[in-house]
Amino acid sequence: MDFLVFQYPMITIQACLDGLLLGILFALIAYGMALQWGVMNIINIAQGDLVILGGYIAYFMYLYGIHPAWGVIVSPIIMYFVGIAIYKLVINKVVDRDLFISILATFGISILFMQLMNFAFGADVVLANSGYGTTMLFDNNVVLPNSKIFSAFISILFAICLVVYMKRSKLGRAIRATAQNARAAKILGVDTEKVYAATFGINAALCGVAGALISITFTIHPYMGLPYTIRSFMIVIVAGLGNLPGVAMSGMGLGIFEEFADYILGTEFRIGSVFLLLVLILVYRRFKLSRKREYLK
Amino acid sequence: MKIKNILITFVSAIALLFSTSVVSFAKVVGDKIILGAAISLTGKYSSNGVHTQNGYNMAVDRINSMGGVKVGGKTYKFDIIYYDDESNPKRAAQLAERLISQDKVEFMLGPYSSGLTKAIAPVTEKYGVPMVEANGASRSLFTKGYKYLFAVLAPANLYLDVAIRTAVELNGGKGVRIAQAFEQDAFSQDVRLGILDAAKETGSEIIIDDKLPKELNDMAATLVKVKQMKPDVLVVSGHTKGALTAIRQISEMKVDVPMLAMTHCDAAKLSKQHGKNSQYALCASQWHKTLTYKDDFFKDGMTYAADFEKEFGYDPPYQSAESSAALLVFKDAFERANTFDQKKVRDALAATNMQTFYGNIKFAPGGQNVDKPMVLFQVMCDDAGKCENKVVAPLKWASAELIHPVPKWSER
Repeated sequence: MDFLVFQYPMITIQACLDGLLLGILFALIAYGMALQWGVMNIINIAQGDLVILGGYIAYFMYLYGIHPAWGVIVSPIIMYFVGIAIYKLVINKVVDRDLFISILATFGISILFMQLMNFAFGADVVLANSGYGTTMLFDNNVVLPNSKIFSAFISILFAICLVVYMKRSKLGRAIRATAQNARAAKILGVDTEKVYAATFGINAALCGVAGALISITFTIHPYMGLPYTIRSFMIVIVAGLGNLPGVAMSGMGLGIFEEFADYILGTEFRIGSVFLLLVLILVYRRFKLSRKREYLK
Repeated sequence: MKIKNILITFVSAIALLFSTSVVSFAKVVGDKIILGAAISLTGKYSSNGVHTQNGYNMAVDRINSMGGVKVGGKTYKFDIIYYDDESNPKRAAQLAERLISQDKVEFMLGPYSSGLTKAIAPVTEKYGVPMVEANGASRSLFTKGYKYLFAVLAPANLYLDVAIRTAVELNGGKGVRIAQAFEQDAFSQDVRLGILDAAKETGSEIIIDDKLPKELNDMAATLVKVKQMKPDVLVVSGHTKGALTAIRQISEMKVDVPMLAMTHCDAAKLSKQHGKNSQYALCASQWHKTLTYKDDFFKDGMTYAADFEKEFGYDPPYQSAESSAALLVFKDAFERANTFDQKKVRDALAATNMQTFYGNIKFAPGGQNVDKPMVLFQVMCDDAGKCENKVVAPLKWASAELIHPVPKWSER
C-alpha cells in the first residue's frame, strides 16, 4: 500500500487526468461490445483481439511511412470488412443460440486471431510513433502526452458520429428496432440478417479505431487483447446494455479506478484490480437481483 | 468427393511427415553427432527463439565446414533435431522427454528463456543428458545443484549490477538513490535481486520498488513517482515490452533522470523503434560485437556479426551469439573427453576453460559461466538521428565514454 497519490495534489490530478483519457478510449471499445450484446445477444470474447488487429493496421501504415494517425480512418474501414467476414463465417451460425455457445465461438475466434497475428506479424512488441509531443500543465508538474489527448478526442468524435448515425440513418433505426425486438422487426420487414452483419462490422470498425489509437499511445503485441476484452465487458456490465451515457461514465470511472489502483496497490495489481472489481460487481448485481425476487415472492 | 480426396491426401501427407521425423536417432549416427533442442518457433518467444536457432545453425555449419569434431581419431559432424515448443514450458518438458526417450538424443542444447530452461532442466538431469544452454540466465537455475546443466551466459543477477556500481563510482563512491521497476517473472526478479545486493554493498537506497504486470503497456504511475522523487538511477527490466514502454513514456512525459538502465534493448530494437528518444539509455548485454574476444572459428565479434548478417540478413543480437558459443563449448568438450560417454562428456564440460568470440567460458559448480562479465552499452545518436549502441562499461571493453548525467529533456 502506498498513499503517495493522495499526499501530492499534483499526482492526484495527474492520476485523474490519465485515467480519464484512458477511460474514454476504453469506453469506445465497450460501446462496440454493448451494441453487439444488445442487438445480437453475443458477448464477444475476441473484442480485444480485434482491437490489437486494428493496431497492427496502423503500425504497418507507420512502417510504410504513413503517419499512424491516418490509421483511425483506414483501420476501421478494413476492420469493418473483417467483422463482416467473421459474421458470415462463424457468428451467423451461433447468433440464435444461447449465450454460452456464442461465448465459446468467440473464445475460439480469439485464440485463432492471437495465433494468426503471432504467425503473420511475429511475437515482437511494436508501437507506432506519432511524434505528437507533450502538454505540460501546472508549472510542468502534470504531463499529458498529446497522443493520449488525441486518442480521447478521436474516441469522443467516433462515439458522437455513431450516436447520430444510429438515430438518423435507416440502418441505425433498423439496428435499434432489432435490438428492441428482433422478431417484430423481422415481421415488419427489417432484414435482420443484414442488420446483424452490419452490427458486427460496426463493432469491428470501432475496435479498429481503438486499436490504431492504442498503437499510437501504448504498445501492441499479439497476446495483449484479453485485458481489453475484460475491461469492456466490465464497463458494459456496470452500465447496462443500451445505455450510452452509462458506458461513457463507467468507462471513465474504470480508467480512474485503474490509475488509482496502480498508485496505491502497485502496477502489478493494475489489471488484477479490474478483475477483482468485476467479480465484486457481479456478486453485487446478483445480490440486488435476488432481493428483487424476494419482493416478487 | 473432391473434398474427401483432398482430406485423404492431407492426412496422409501429415502422417508421412510424422513417420519420417519419428525415426529413431542414436547419439552418433555414422559420422554425425546428433544434438536435440526444443526451440520456440511459434508463440510469444518466437522472435528470440529464431535468433537462438539461427545462432545454433550458424555454429553447426561453421564447425562442420572447418573439419568437424575429432573424437577417437575419427571426424564427426554436428546435426541438430529441432522441435517447436510453442513458447510453452509444459510442451518444452514433453519435447525434452521425447528427444531423449524416443529420438535417443544423448546431448541437448537449451531452449530460449529462463522459464523454458527451468522446465527442461529436470528432465535432462533425470536422464543424465548433458545440456549446454545459452538463453536461461535465471539465478534459480544454478542453485538447484544440477549436474548436467551448463550455461554459457552470465546469470541474471549480474545484468544491471554494473550499472549501479558505475553510478556509485561516478557519485564519488557515495551511495545513490535508486528507483526500480521490474516485471514479475523469473528473469526480471533475478535482475532485481542483483540490484538489491549491489545496493546493499554500496550503501545505496532504493526509494521506488515497483513491480510490473505481464500485460505491461503502461507504466505512467511509476514514472510520475520518479518525477516527484528524483532518484539518481532508474532501473527497468520487463523484457522487450518493458524497454519499449519505458522509453515511450519517459520521452512523452519528459522524465529527467541522471541514469536510465534497462535490459533487452537490442532485442526490442530500441534505437530503431524509438530513434533519438532512446538516446542515453544504458543497456545490459551479454555480448556486443565490438568486444575483442577471439576464437579459431568465428575469429572475433565483428567478423561474426558480418558473417551472420550475410547469412540471415540482420545484425546478430546477443541471443544468437551466445547460442553459437554453446556449440563451440560442446565441440571442445567432446574433443577433450575423446569419447561419447555421457558422464565423461559431462566431466569435460565441467572442466571447460576456453575463450570464444563471445567471451571466456568457465563453469562454476552450479553450471553458470563465471568468467564473462556483462557489458553495458549506451544508445548514442548523431545529429542526423542515426543511433548506435556503444559499449561504455566495464572500462576494459569500452569503445565510448559514458555520457553521465543524461541531459535534461528541456536541453535536448
